This record gives sequence, C-alpha cells and structure tokens, in this order.
Amino acid sequence: MSGAVAFAPSPPPEPVAKTVYQLTNVGKTYARNAVVALEGINLTLRKGSFSSVIGSSGCGKSTLLKIMAGLIPPSSGRVVLQGQPVTGARRDIGMMFQQATLFPWRTTLENIVLPIEIRDGREAAKAAHDRARALLELVGLKGFEKNYPSELSGGMAQRAAICRMLITEPAVLLLDEPFSALDELTRDFMNMELQRICASREATAFLVTHSIPEAVILSDVVYVMRPRPGRIAEEVVIDLPRPRTLDMITTPKFGALVERIRNRLDKEAFK
Amino acid sequence: MTAPANTAAPEDTGADTIWAETIPWYDRVPRAIAMIFLAAVFFGLWEMITRSGVVSPIILPTPGETLRDIVFVGRNLIGGEYMLAALWVTIKEVIYGFALAMAIGFSLGILVGETGFGERAVMPYLVAIDTMPKVAFAPLFISWLGFDIASKVALAAFIATFPIVVGTAAGLHAADTNARMLFKTMGASRWQTLFKMKLPTGLPQIFTGLKIGAVGVMAGAITGEFLGGGRGFGELIRVAATQLNTPRVFSLIIYLSIVGMTLFGLVVWIQRRFVFWHKDRVVGSDG
Repeated sequence: MSGAVAFAPSPPPEPVAKTVYQLTNVGKTYARNAVVALEGINLTLRKGSFSSVIGSSGCGKSTLLKIMAGLIPPSSGRVVLQGQPVTGARRDIGMMFQQATLFPWRTTLENIVLPIEIRDGREAAKAAHDRARALLELVGLKGFEKNYPSELSGGMAQRAAICRMLITEPAVLLLDEPFSALDELTRDFMNMELQRICASREATAFLVTHSIPEAVILSDVVYVMRPRPGRIAEEVVIDLPRPRTLDMITTPKFGALVERIRNRLDKEAFK
Repeated sequence: MTAPANTAAPEDTGADTIWAETIPWYDRVPRAIAMIFLAAVFFGLWEMITRSGVVSPIILPTPGETLRDIVFVGRNLIGGEYMLAALWVTIKEVIYGFALAMAIGFSLGILVGETGFGERAVMPYLVAIDTMPKVAFAPLFISWLGFDIASKVALAAFIATFPIVVGTAAGLHAADTNARMLFKTMGASRWQTLFKMKLPTGLPQIFTGLKIGAVGVMAGAITGEFLGGGRGFGELIRVAATQLNTPRVFSLIIYLSIVGMTLFGLVVWIQRRFVFWHKDRVVGSDG
C-alpha cells in the first residue's frame, strides 16, 4: 500500500518569489559608548512576504529598522534592496511609525500626497490626488479628504498614514509598531486591514512589534531577537493558512506558535 | 421562598436623585459685570483718596481731571494737531523697530535652531547679551545714531530681538523624532524639512516670541525717547512730568497703551489665522 505517502505532509512550496531585501552579516556598534547594538544579522525578504521581528525593548530591533530604511549607516555588513545597496533614504521604501505623524496644517489628502510633493514638487502632488483618493477608499476613509487630522480618530489617522506610505508605491513597507498606540479592538481590526491591503498590492512588509499574537497573525516568518548584542535567535515560520482571520487566535496551532515564541523570548531575556 | 436573602434592598425612601451642584456666587458672575464692578471699585477708591486730601492733587489728580485730559488729548489727536504728529513718530519707531527685530530675530533664530554652529557658538553669546540690562545700551545707541528716530528704533529692536530669536529656535526644535524620521525617509532636503515641517510645527513658539517682542518694542521706543529726546510721545510724557502735569502723563500713557495693545492684538490675530491647529499639534494616538 502507498497510503503512507498520502499521509505525508506536502512539502512547503519552494520560495519562487524573488528577493527584495537582502541583509548580509549586518552589525551596528555605537562608537560613543562601544555598545554593540546589532551583530551578524542575516535576513532575506522575498516579494510579497510578510516578516516580523520581535524582541524585548533594547534588543536592537529599532536600530535594525533604521538601518534598513537608510536612516542610519550600519557598522558592518551589506544591505541591498532591489539589487541596490542602501546608502540613504530610498524612494522604494515606505515607512510607518507608532504615531501617525500627520501634519495638522494639512488636510488628510494633502498629508497623503506629501511624499510626492517632497520628491517631485507641487504639480506632481496635485496630479497624485486621484491616486490618493483611491487609496483613501482602499483603507475605508472615503469622504475624509478635506478633513484635518484633528478631526480623525487614532485608527483613522493611522489609516491615513498607510495611504501616505503607499502613495509612492514602495517596494517594501517598513512598519515600526504601527498600531501599538491604538486600543486592542482597533488594533486587531487594523491588523486585518493591513493584511488585506498587503495582499491586494502584493506588498513586501517588515514589521517591528512587541506583540507576539500580532506578529503571528500577520507574518509568514517571525524573527525572534535577543538583546546585547542584538542577534536573531530564532526564525519561526508561520504556516497558518491565508487569509488569516481573528478567530485563528483561538486555534491550538496558533497557541503553539505563540508559546514557542514566548518561550524563546523568555529564555533569551532572562538567561 | 426561592429568593436569596441577600437581594433585599435597603428601603427606598422615594427621595429625588436630581441634585444641584453648588457653585459659589463669585465663580458665577458674568465677565462684563465683574469687570465693571472692579473698575467701579478702582475709580471709587481713587476718588476717595484724592478727596480725602491725604495726597496732593499735583501728585495724584482726581479721576475727573484725568478723564477731562483724556478727552482733551483725544481731541488733539483727532484734530491732527501736534500730539498726533508725536504719536506718529512713536508708532513709526515701534513699527520699524519690530520689523527690524523680526528680520534679525528670524535670521538668528534659524541659525541657532538649525545649525550646530549656531547652537554651540552663537547661542551662548546671545544668552550673555540677553542677560545684560538692554536699556543701559540706550546712551550708546544715541551716541552712535544721534537724537533722531534711528537710535530709538535701534533700542526698540534690540529689546524685541531676543524673544524672537529664542521663540524661533525653540520652535525649530519642537518637531518630534517621528516627523524628522518621516522627512528623512521621504528624502527631503534641508530647506524642505525647514519650510514644510520645522517652521510650521514651531509656529506656536515663534508667535509666543513675537508677542513678548511686541510688548518689548514699545518699552524700547519710549525709553529711547526719555533718554534721547526727539519728537515722539515719550518726549511729551517727559515734558508733562517735568511740568507736574500729572493728568497729562496719565492720559498720554492711556493712548500709548492703545498703540501697544493694537500691535499685540495684530500679532494674536495673525497667529489665529495661521496656527488654526494649535490645540493638537501632530495627531497620533488620540483614540
């Protein structure tokens, strides 16, 4: 009988998607106090993938994100995005922070086209208004074009920030705890929205977070970091089916993944 | 008999739950009435003191005398007589002084707020000069620039510049890390970061500096006139005081304060138009 073959788990699909981001042996030492913030980081982000990095405060994950964004230089190693080394701010990177950082003197629409205005001038920004409206519709903010940020709730402001990140059609999205300032209900909802938006645009995303469930529900791969010096301790592949739904949180498989990551974090933090 | 014993509620007396908060009467008085009341007390006391004869009317005129003189000066001003010419001289000193203070204040403020050189090398000297009693420079300005309007403009500008420098520099530092990082990721140039982010973010602080400067500029102009003569309103006050014409001194000060309030009000009005977002600056986690 060949029944055994039928029960064998099917091998995971080969990663055929092309590499978008490649980090090779990246390290960062702050010369001022000789603190080794990062050491030997190797990362490969493939097109359309969602990866998360999780770790305790001070494990160097924010430093990693800043190096990836070209905001600070690494001390060693190579950072390559779409075949080009990252040596400063890049057009093909979109970034989002814990705070929406909308400017209160600009309407929602004007905030969203700001990256275009900075890069290509006012005329180009005007020409992008239609695209900005389409993005607002995508995130469910249709009709708020002319509102000022003070008239938006925290969740709405973060959606507008998503639009601003997407307006330049970046190759990669760097997300620095984007929803951690929101209440938990809004946060869950925004995570599902983020998944939908990423899927619809085949976006390559890299998320920094403190929240294990958030990392698990969104990611294909979760990188667990350990502090002093910041290194990747474990790479956890999340093989939950897509699209993910919030009720997956109660499944045993989800629970097992969360527990595995939590054990690893505990081990690294208190050893 | 199934109801548990502990559900028995205390006896409801049927009393009304609607109750009134008590606010003391002095917190409830409407503004207009409170202000009129205070003015009435002030003038009443003034009148009593002058009538009692404790203070000589040369030192403290009666409210009535002062009011008559305010009307007299007002007529002179409206009639376009010599007092209007004098007031115009002082207004010119104030306007030129404020414009000069803004030009120097914004330039130095941007130098100090934007560059490491400005912050490390220029700011300490500015602080050192700011701590000096600036009025003491008046004789210098007069000897350098003469007894005409220029020396008064210089003193007025000298006093008003520092708050504008400090306000501008503080305003440029007001933008938070996220906004700076965002502009960096967008590849913004230094000028773009300055004009599209740092300056608008710092407008509340900049206007605070302008408001302090607007008050100082008037003090500077009048001090300059006291010490350097000329043909302005300050000179009229000085002359009236030497003649012991106290009602005149009071009424001239009243008209000067109207000029000062107008300048201050103008700054506030412009601020309200430009900084309509003042309450919530950069929106994030308001929930």
